[in-house]
Amino acid sequence: MSLSRLRNLIIGDAQADRVVPPSGFTAQLTLFVSGAMAFLAVFALALSLASGRLADRWADELARAATLRINAPAEQRAAQTEAALAILDQTPGVASARALSREEQAALLAPWFGAELPLDNLPVPQLIEVIEGEPGYDATGLRLRLQAEVPGAILDDHTRWRAPLVDAAQALRRLAWVSILLIGGATAAMITLAANAALAANAQVIEVLRLVGALDSYIAQAFIRRFTLRALVGASVGIVLGMVGVWLMPEASREGGFLTGLGFQGWTWLLPLLIPLLGAIVAFAATTRAANKRLGDLA
Amino acid sequence: MIELDNVGYNYGGGELLSNVSVKLAPGSFHFLTGPSGAGKTTLLKLCYGALTPTSGRARAFNMDINGLDRDQMAFLRRRVGVVHQDCRFLDHLSVLENIALPLTVSGRDITQEEANLRELLTWVGLSERAHATPPELSGGERQRAALARSVILSPDVIIADEPTGNVDWEMSQRLLQLLVELNHMGKTVLVATHDLSLIRAAKKQVQARVLRISNRQLQQAGADL
Ligand SMILES: Nc1ncnc2c1ncn2[C@@H]1O[C@H](COP(=O)(O)OP(=O)(O)OP(=O)(O)O)[C@@H](O)[C@H]1O
Ligand SMILES: [Mg+2]
Repeated sequence: MSLSRLRNLIIGDAQADRVVPPSGFTAQLTLFVSGAMAFLAVFALALSLASGRLADRWADELARAATLRINAPAEQRAAQTEAALAILDQTPGVASARALSREEQAALLAPWFGAELPLDNLPVPQLIEVIEGEPGYDATGLRLRLQAEVPGAILDDHTRWRAPLVDAAQALRRLAWVSILLIGGATAAMITLAANAALAANAQVIEVLRLVGALDSYIAQAFIRRFTLRALVGASVGIVLGMVGVWLMPEASREGGFLTGLGFQGWTWLLPLLIPLLGAIVAFAATTRAANKRLGDLA
Repeated sequence: MIELDNVGYNYGGGELLSNVSVKLAPGSFHFLTGPSGAGKTTLLKLCYGALTPTSGRARAFNMDINGLDRDQMAFLRRRVGVVHQDCRFLDHLSVLENIALPLTVSGRDITQEEANLRELLTWVGLSERAHATPPELSGGERQRAALARSVILSPDVIIADEPTGNVDWEMSQRLLQLLVELNHMGKTVLVATHDLSLIRAAKKQVQARVLRISNRQLQQAGADL
């Protein structure tokens, strides 16, 4: 497309715009469809971003260590810790295991009991940090073995139950993207239909335009411009409504997890602005195809 | 300018025209006559490329019309002004916009052609009707508007199909006068009509040749007219 054609497409030409009569129902159909689809696309986009964030956060927590607590009388604590470390060392799927030092444990407890805690006098369990490898270890097997050999050991892998949730969040993100693609496809189909209806309704006008020497590209342009602008306007209204809807959702909280996090954060508020642009591109492509085909058929 | 060479045409039924040869020299004035249904409109359409001959060759400006693609056809339409039998206006546009349509579709800015347009409207006597829509025009006004549209791009050739089809004698003289003026400006003119009195009147003003379709053939009409 030449620069002047692009300029004409955007700025338009009042005279050229008038040669094709405005057609009520295809105009309304295009406006409504692109508005509704853009509205849906905003939610699909919000869903994909939120589920993506959730998947990342949960996956991140998963990657962190599980903890092994050794609850044993003071005199056995060191021996049991040794034994537990030895077992962990031999367990497949454990990347590394490390007993926390006295200072680290004190630091962990400080928020609750203050920094001056005399750990030596208290029956505080020894903590061992276990980093899971890839693939992970067999938690049940490890528990059984620890039970037999280190009676005071308790394996706490509380984040593991989230693994299927991470998969679910990722699946949700994929579904949201598929929805966006389907929305784009449905928009293209509806606009093709509307453009074909407009071209058919204006067969006489097209014939007269040809009789007075209009090039097919000129005639096509008149339709393409119209449908592209309508899609742009419809989709702009749609995303504004969609964004207001998302904005009205309650504030995201860390505990609220998924539902309250279904919004845009920071710069991602700009992402929905791409939707009208994409809608216009879809309308442009769909109308161009429809016009070229029909003008070819009418030859 | 325009040349049919042994052209035959049929719409799918029997042969409507056969072995038609004609040559429109630059600056010439031709009438085409014959009974209704003889194929006058068909012959004109062959001349400006709206139909392609089923046999023989049609040439315009030394180009074979059969071989033109759609874009080239559009450019041919701009070089041949046509007054259609049924005028062919866009009813949602004003008379002025209809007359300016060939300018608009060839990408010209009609605000810069306003003086030309106004002059043209005055020439065909439609200054007062510029902002009416085509359905509001009388038969004679429609024909004059169609003639104005056909000459807006200053084509070398003007083809008019029954330009005096449904107007009274006085108006047909007026239209004839406009066509004669165009011919005096050097334009090649081809007019289809079944109105013999129009032809007689024209013969007093221009050197016109008269062609008649009869029995699918094109004949040069004699002095009986
Ligand atoms: N598109 C078409 N398809 C089939 N037949 C057609 C078509 N157009 C015209 N005809 C037939 O061809 C014949 C010639 O038509 P044409 O319009 O050329 O006649 P004409 O001499 O211009 O008549 P008139 O003086 O009434 O305008 C007519 O019998 C008409 O019915
Ligand atoms: Mg006719």
